[in-house]
Amino acid sequence: MRSDRAPLGLKIAAGAGLAFLHLPILLIFVYAFTTEDTSYQWPPPGLTLEWFAVTWNRPDVWEALGLSLKVACFSTAIALVLGTLCAAAVARSRFFGREAISLLVILPIALPGIITGISLRSAFHLMDIPFSTLTIVLGHATFCIVVVYNNAVARFRRTSASLIEASMDLGATSFQTFRLVILPNIATALLAGGMLAFALSFDEVIVTTFTAGRQQTLPIWMLEELVRPRQRPVTNVVAMVVVLVTFLPILGAYYLTRGTETVAGHGK
Amino acid sequence: MDIAVKFDGVSRHFGEVRAIDGLDLEIGEGEFFALLGPSGSGKTTSLRLIAGFERPTTGRIEIFGSDATDVPPYRRPVNTVFQDYALFPHLNVADNVAYGLRVAGVGKAERLKAADEALAMVALSGYGARRPAELSGGQRQRVALARALVNRPKVLLLDEPLGALDLKLREQMQEELKTLQRSLGITFVFVTHDQGEALSMADRVAVFSDGRIQQIGTPEDIYHRPETPFVADFVGSSNVLPPDVVMDLTGIRAPASLRPERIRLTREGHEAEVVGSSFTGATTRLKLRFRGMPLTVQLPSDAAPRAPGSIVHIAWDDDALHLMEGGA
Amino acid sequence: MSDAASPSRLSDTLWRRPRLLLLLLLIPPALWLGIVYLGALFALLAQSFFSIDDFTGLIRYEWTLRTYGELFRAANLDIILRTVAMATAVTIGAAIIAFPIAYFAARYARGKWKAVFYLGIMLPLWSSYLVKVYAWKLILAREGILNWLFETLHLGWLLNAYLSLPVVGGNSLSVSWTGTFLVFLYVWLPYMILPVQASLERIPPSLIEASGDLGADPRATLRNVILPLALPGIVAGSIFTFSLTLGDYIIPQIIGTSARMIGQAVYQFQGTAGNIPLAAAFAVVPIVIMGIYLTIARRAGAFDAL
Repeated sequence: MRSDRAPLGLKIAAGAGLAFLHLPILLIFVYAFTTEDTSYQWPPPGLTLEWFAVTWNRPDVWEALGLSLKVACFSTAIALVLGTLCAAAVARSRFFGREAISLLVILPIALPGIITGISLRSAFHLMDIPFSTLTIVLGHATFCIVVVYNNAVARFRRTSASLIEASMDLGATSFQTFRLVILPNIATALLAGGMLAFALSFDEVIVTTFTAGRQQTLPIWMLEELVRPRQRPVTNVVAMVVVLVTFLPILGAYYLTRGTETVAGHGK
Repeated sequence: MDIAVKFDGVSRHFGEVRAIDGLDLEIGEGEFFALLGPSGSGKTTSLRLIAGFERPTTGRIEIFGSDATDVPPYRRPVNTVFQDYALFPHLNVADNVAYGLRVAGVGKAERLKAADEALAMVALSGYGARRPAELSGGQRQRVALARALVNRPKVLLLDEPLGALDLKLREQMQEELKTLQRSLGITFVFVTHDQGEALSMADRVAVFSDGRIQQIGTPEDIYHRPETPFVADFVGSSNVLPPDVVMDLTGIRAPASLRPERIRLTREGHEAEVVGSSFTGATTRLKLRFRGMPLTVQLPSDAAPRAPGSIVHIAWDDDALHLMEGGA
Repeated sequence: MSDAASPSRLSDTLWRRPRLLLLLLLIPPALWLGIVYLGALFALLAQSFFSIDDFTGLIRYEWTLRTYGELFRAANLDIILRTVAMATAVTIGAAIIAFPIAYFAARYARGKWKAVFYLGIMLPLWSSYLVKVYAWKLILAREGILNWLFETLHLGWLLNAYLSLPVVGGNSLSVSWTGTFLVFLYVWLPYMILPVQASLERIPPSLIEASGDLGADPRATLRNVILPLALPGIVAGSIFTFSLTLGDYIIPQIIGTSARMIGQAVYQFQGTAGNIPLAAAFAVVPIVIMGIYLTIARRAGAFDAL
């Protein structure tokens, strides 16, 4: 192994860069406890837990959270099915249009979200589809497919083709092979992909703005507060909770795919 | 003797590439049969055609007299020992071995008992609870063998089964495989690029080149009586004398094979010039120039060294010069 | 055999006809993406070839390039140039900050530190976009931590001098281009670190040793060996930072001046202004710019580092 040590300048630059990435998020945690409720004053004049109770009793926050969770669940489920099918097709065979399919999967996340959002909105408008939870899910599932796809396709490539042949050689039909060999081998990749898709959907705001109509997901609720701050302390608490809630699936996905060559999270 | 596997005019093309071209082959029941050839010669494709992982582009394949061309792998009475062993990483050793019985609907207790017996047969009793990743290469290979044999296949297919093992282990496994095959009495078909392995283990050998079979025969046939220059060269690196030289020597215009170990150094005989020599342990290989062509002679390594450029005299018995096809 | 006959017969059919299996796998995702996504995208793009009637304010459904012509009006051209300039600045800034982090993570971080760096990059990448923007609203506020820091260190004069500069300055950081730049930089930075790190990890250590062996000091090795080999990763990262900045409309709306960027223009034209054709034409601009950018990036070999 190499034994050389990092130059001091590099250590400082790398450490400062990481601090730049993390300090703003830590700041949110402090603000959740401030007693100041009309400005963003620093340092906080005092610390209190009262805003947690206030937030707990806010029906609009609960409603937005509920909708966000519901949308994230449905979108993740759809993305899991479609992303896995697509990954299985692309990883296992070469066919005409294979490149086009992988491009098509990545496009919704490669193009700016506003384009996806406006496209969907004007399509719904043209087809007279009223905005509803369904329209939000439709949009979210579209860009969640790629996350599941990326995780699944990496695992499929890593799973040796001879495992499937061995299973059929030993007498298992295609369906038995899928249940007994393929699924257990890609399960952690799918779980990781599903968690990331969930986090992506739970956090999404740009596409949602165009497909939600009057309903509020949690990010839409936060966006309202950002544009027209009315209840700063509640926003502070919600922001902290959102950070904690999104960290869990990320950590979970990391531990599930640790030690494999493609760790979950790339290709957001 | 029944015919275990029969290829009838089988071709397998991948686009422009003809991996197998018009193959006819019969493998008898209870035979230890080797498919020998360099990489890309079609031997592995032939094995995969028997297993059912590939389907013939044209032609038909019979297994014990019934047409298997349209039968998927899981309905064929054959099992495979894969080159990379293909052990399921998410199952322990016992569940790997019991897999075939599980998908066949055999109850848990019964199949685990069978797995234990199969593991005992390959000297791995007590390893059932381990994961494949915790085993050495040689152990993995035995598990792969047990997993295939537990299903009592009529034909066992082995794809370069010893390729990943070191020399010592390989010689040991060669012995074990032969013993196993004799005691079970089932047909073994194995693919190898190692001519020594094929000659020492197989009852009969098919030598492949460019998607065609060059020769089928016993190891003795293949070694002593090669039918084509390719076989002579690939099996035991024989000297292949071109038709013109053979015409001079015998009066017949045909290529001929002359084994390096059949050539002696004599006081008189044909003249040849020493080009170089290489020491390989038990023997020394002398490179000569004979009538404008290179010629290799194999001598005991205690023979006197010859300096490059010196002239030697060589001779051989009449039956050492084996005439082959492809003259005219 | 009899009761299991139908699924197992299907299994046999799929083995005999692998193309059929492929088709069955592909149809659901292709239908979804083809209809929901591509359909909507083309519907939008088609509208950019319509125009708005100046008198009635309604859409005229006739094919025309007039709407695209409007993009070249001075006010609209300003929006485009401003956005491209911002995207360029953010990309360069991100590359400079990302490189040391990526280099340290790829070459020196081992064992536990490797995991720390990995999560240290991944967690900010995946934390809520809005929360990150919100954090910067807190930081840049007049009564916020940054102003407090400058005051406490008695450097308030420095901040005021900076804010009085043209273009980058303004009344306060939260309504200046500097503020917008900082937030963009912060939010997209992880997207630059990851591909750069991936490309650095692929450099065999022996190359760096060979460079030293041949007499290059660390600085020369960095310039002559490491940077050229990391370039595809930097280009790959810049695709993200550039594209994401081009299309964003929330950050400049919350932190920055009143001058608009492309995303905001699209948002307003389709919303309050009701001018869908112009919004659609504006939406084409980032697509075209990214198309050009990707063509250049492909030449630079950036896709191998994705």
